[in-house]
Amino acid sequence: METRRKMKLGTSDKVILGVGYTLLGLFVLAVFVPLVYVVLASFMDPNVLNNQGISFNFKDWTLDAYRRVLENDMIWRGFANSLFYSAAFTVISVFVTLLAAYPMSKKEFVGRNFFNVIFVITMFFGGGMIPTFILINNLHMVNTIWAILLPGAFNVWNMILARTYFQSIPGELREASALDGANEIQHFFKIMMPVCKPIIAVLALWSFVGMWNSYFDAMIYLNDANLQPLQLVLRSILVQNTPQPGMIADIQSTAEMAKVAELLKYATIVVSSIPLLIMYPFFQKYFDKGIMVGSVKG
Amino acid sequence: MRAFRKKSTALAKQTPREKLKYVKKNWQLYVFFLLPGLLLTLIFKYGPMGGILIAFEDYNVIEGVLGSPWVGLEYFRRFLSSPDFMSYLMNTLKLSVFGLLWGFPIPIILALLLNQIRRTGIRKKIQLLIYAPNFISVIVLCGMVRMFLSPVGPINSLLGIDTNWMTMPEAFRTIYIASGIWQTAGWSSIMYTAALSNASKDLEEAAIVDGANILQQIRYVQLPAIKNIIVIQFILQAGNIMSIGFEKAYALQTDMNLPASEILSTYVYRLGLLNGDYGYSTAVGLFNSVINVILLIFVNWVVKKLNDGEGL
Repeated sequence: METRRKMKLGTSDKVILGVGYTLLGLFVLAVFVPLVYVVLASFMDPNVLNNQGISFNFKDWTLDAYRRVLENDMIWRGFANSLFYSAAFTVISVFVTLLAAYPMSKKEFVGRNFFNVIFVITMFFGGGMIPTFILINNLHMVNTIWAILLPGAFNVWNMILARTYFQSIPGELREASALDGANEIQHFFKIMMPVCKPIIAVLALWSFVGMWNSYFDAMIYLNDANLQPLQLVLRSILVQNTPQPGMIADIQSTAEMAKVAELLKYATIVVSSIPLLIMYPFFQKYFDKGIMVGSVKG
Repeated sequence: MRAFRKKSTALAKQTPREKLKYVKKNWQLYVFFLLPGLLLTLIFKYGPMGGILIAFEDYNVIEGVLGSPWVGLEYFRRFLSSPDFMSYLMNTLKLSVFGLLWGFPIPIILALLLNQIRRTGIRKKIQLLIYAPNFISVIVLCGMVRMFLSPVGPINSLLGIDTNWMTMPEAFRTIYIASGIWQTAGWSSIMYTAALSNASKDLEEAAIVDGANILQQIRYVQLPAIKNIIVIQFILQAGNIMSIGFEKAYALQTDMNLPASEILSTYVYRLGLLNGDYGYSTAVGLFNSVINVILLIFVNWVVKKLNDGEGL
């Protein structure tokens, strides 16, 4: 194939491929450069960064920004909160979603169409921001972790994906386990779960990343600073431009403070991205699978 | 949706007694499996729907949803005649329509280009890189945009100017859409890449043997292979133009760029949760979701037509 193609390439093909690869290369660069810039900038001396930008002279490099970020309690607390929220949300959400998807995958399940309509309607229509807020408030869930863990835990779209996946598994498995005297619960945990690892991994990945990256629910439901996830701490540093108190308290001049505050943003971004960076290679083999699962119609 | 399809006749013929017998025998399926998800749906999805009544009343916390005085369509009359509301509606539409028009073709082009790379190793590396921004959080993305575009940021120093881009309403849409493409174009190409890799290799071989050049191969072999996905993706995204997200627009807003950056969802947040005007903001939110439902039903109908009677 390889050699054959090379032989067949005419002049016009070479031009087309040249233009195409150039465009692709430009896009790759456009993605790559900002990411690398953030990482490099986070190691710069604040004055150098402010005056000339990135420098490749090692005497201009410093870990000062990381020291300031890592010495800050709010970052650590946000980190711990986010890890806890994301892990807890992933467990609850994947579990509830898979549980509901199991009976819904059975053709003979009585009430299947009725429940399906109930679930699907919520994909199209909802109460909206204010009625939801009032409900959570009336349930006394404001300023508790349940306000961000429970309302989004059952995801209808994920349920449909899991249901489709369950349907692809031969029904003979259930017949066999029934012969051995297993009830539905035993069958689900002992037989289905091991078979369904790919879909579990995909749903877990999306739940974790979604919770780790979101800020809206936490912003409206968690006023207590001790409960705030990392994204809200980041928001005050990156978007609202107010570094955490203590991060730059030791600096005297305002001009100096502004430079260090700018530098801190870069280091904060790098630090906050570490968990996803660790997960990324681990989960990449599920990317294509996830899309395959997603493209099967529900 | 599947739910709206006709029941298969075999199941419809079950008598109520047979159904009851099934439920009794398989009670675990209902109590252990279905109930948790069902309860969460009823409480957190259907619960707020009752609160929609607030859109028609002068809500106060003490009287509650059922006790507050009725005002009818007062709020709807108010916002439909308000020039502010109209400009926010237009902002919402412009942001998502332009976002769709600019953002939609790029993943397809990316997938076609990636497909030309025969060396899997290089292709895999490129894919891994261009998927990465998809996993960055909205806050970090908007933080990066703000830093890069700040008057002392790298883009201004590269251009040798000190424009404060984030305060310019006319720059907002470009910033929003371009950063969106940067973040999601690579990831969105996955679906087309997968479809292309499933496309018939024989057909491509035949085209090459027949002397088709690359453009002809793309036009006659590869594009037809992904045509269905392109159409469905486009319609799906078109159905979502009213449900453009809150998080990113809010994180890119500054006091100065509000004339372009205030969209319906951020408007509802500002009015309702920050100013406490519950009734009016619920009415705006309801208006938004009703248009959204109409769009989605229409889209589902179109997909059904194109997809041999199968909806979403």
